Amino acid sequence: MSTFRNLVKPYMLWMGIFIVIPMLLIIFYAFTSEGNSVITVKFTLDNFIKFFDSVYIKVLIKSLQIAFVTTIICIIVGYPISYVIANTSSKVQTLLMLLITIPMWINTLVKTYAWISVLSDNGIINSLLVKLGLAPISMMYTDFAVILGMVYNFLPFMILEIYTALAKMDKGLIDASSDLGANKVQTFQKVIFPLSLSGVISGITLVFLPSVSTFVIPKLLGGGQYMLIGNLIENQFITVGEWNFGSAISLIMAMIILISMYFTRKFDQDKVENGNKKEVKHA
Amino acid sequence: MRKSKWQKIMPVLLIALALFFFYLPIILTMFFSFNSSRSLSSWSGFSLQWYQSLFNDRAIISAVTTTVSIAVISTLIATVVGTIAAIGISHTKPLIKELILSVNNLPILNPDIVTAIGLMLLFTTLQIPKGFTTMLLAHIAFCIPFVILSVLPKLRRLDPNIAEAAMDLGATPWQALVKVIVPQILPGIISGALIAFTMSFDDFVISYFVTGNGVKNISILVYTMSKRINPTINALSTIMIIMVTVVLIVINIIPLFKKKERTVLE
Repeated sequence: MSTFRNLVKPYMLWMGIFIVIPMLLIIFYAFTSEGNSVITVKFTLDNFIKFFDSVYIKVLIKSLQIAFVTTIICIIVGYPISYVIANTSSKVQTLLMLLITIPMWINTLVKTYAWISVLSDNGIINSLLVKLGLAPISMMYTDFAVILGMVYNFLPFMILEIYTALAKMDKGLIDASSDLGANKVQTFQKVIFPLSLSGVISGITLVFLPSVSTFVIPKLLGGGQYMLIGNLIENQFITVGEWNFGSAISLIMAMIILISMYFTRKFDQDKVENGNKKEVKHA
Repeated sequence: MRKSKWQKIMPVLLIALALFFFYLPIILTMFFSFNSSRSLSSWSGFSLQWYQSLFNDRAIISAVTTTVSIAVISTLIATVVGTIAAIGISHTKPLIKELILSVNNLPILNPDIVTAIGLMLLFTTLQIPKGFTTMLLAHIAFCIPFVILSVLPKLRRLDPNIAEAAMDLGATPWQALVKVIVPQILPGIISGALIAFTMSFDDFVISYFVTGNGVKNISILVYTMSKRINPTINALSTIMIIMVTVVLIVINIIPLFKKKERTVLE
């Protein structure tokens, strides 16, 4: 079968050029100082020291906070929605999941831009408030607008993941639990929720990680002054032109994300393995 | 009795609120794209003027052309390369397979902005002038991993002896590939191509960093035009939303008619 094995070689070369070298270039830029040519490379940690020094670390913390709040809201709102959908008839399930997933496929910029006309000072909400004789509220360019935009963009992923976990659950377990005398709350706590946890966890990765790194949503709904880590990176490359510092920030962010992804996956696997062990024990 | 009534209303209310939240901005966008004034909050009459200005706007037409041609070309190339690579990967030893897949997963796991910066630095280092070519190369690069990931599971389910059987019966390796393996993994290839197309069509971050020379796709155009309220964008958005919705409904309804257990979008 070596004929077929050889088919992988061109792609290995491609991966080298388009995946490995770009990552190495980011690392290279992050550890060197600006303006040196290949011959006079000067390695330095200045870019990292600069990041951990001052205002920049605050930007990172703020990004993590916003992403955290977004994720929590998505779980709190998304879980009941998924639960309700999973308990409808299969035709209604298909229809509702189609309706939930349609916004997922719409271009992020188009979706986020659409919120501007809802939230802006002369937008639909404020013109309704004025018609009702109430004072208009300034909503654009606030944390609220940014979090709203993120929840809007990423909530369908959370719902999809939790719904999938709930839908593939063996309904016999729920019957068994109530036959054995558990009430609805107990059944939910001890049977349904633990079994849907893998969906919640993959939902968290699908919401938290893009929320940390996005720079489009904060830029459109938070305004030009609003700084999250993604905006900081964009600024370094597009406006300021400090590629070395920008690379260092990108590297830090990539590390945070890859490490947290590793741990959530590990946690998820442990859960699944323990769950299986328990099942085996009970059998 | 009261409790059960409440239990019936609550779920319906929740779903209604969720759908209201998801569709409010979408429907408003579509509605005000037919407004005769610039306002996005007060209705002053039906008009198609924003669609007229949309089709007369050179920048928008060229962004649409760029987006579609890049999506089509990168999907075609990524699907062919990805499928071939996946077949190769499925025949390598476990250790090498593991290594290739973890490199292959990097662009999927990495935040878009990191992939974007890596590619931007690559094109700068290689001194490739930024524009259509760099955008196309970047799109091919980030689409291939998704094609591979959607083709591989189908290959895993394939009988490993099937290609050998074909060749024992006199097929050349190429014939075995095209006539035996590819038809078996076709659903995976199609879903890979669909993912690649939508990823490319919707991409903003990577395109934004690797483009230059005034080449813009739809996302970049919306980004640069979003500073001022511009109903022409609403007209463009409306067309895109309707296209996506129609495609999704068709994709979801065809299997119902065919009643085949084929999951197109896994």
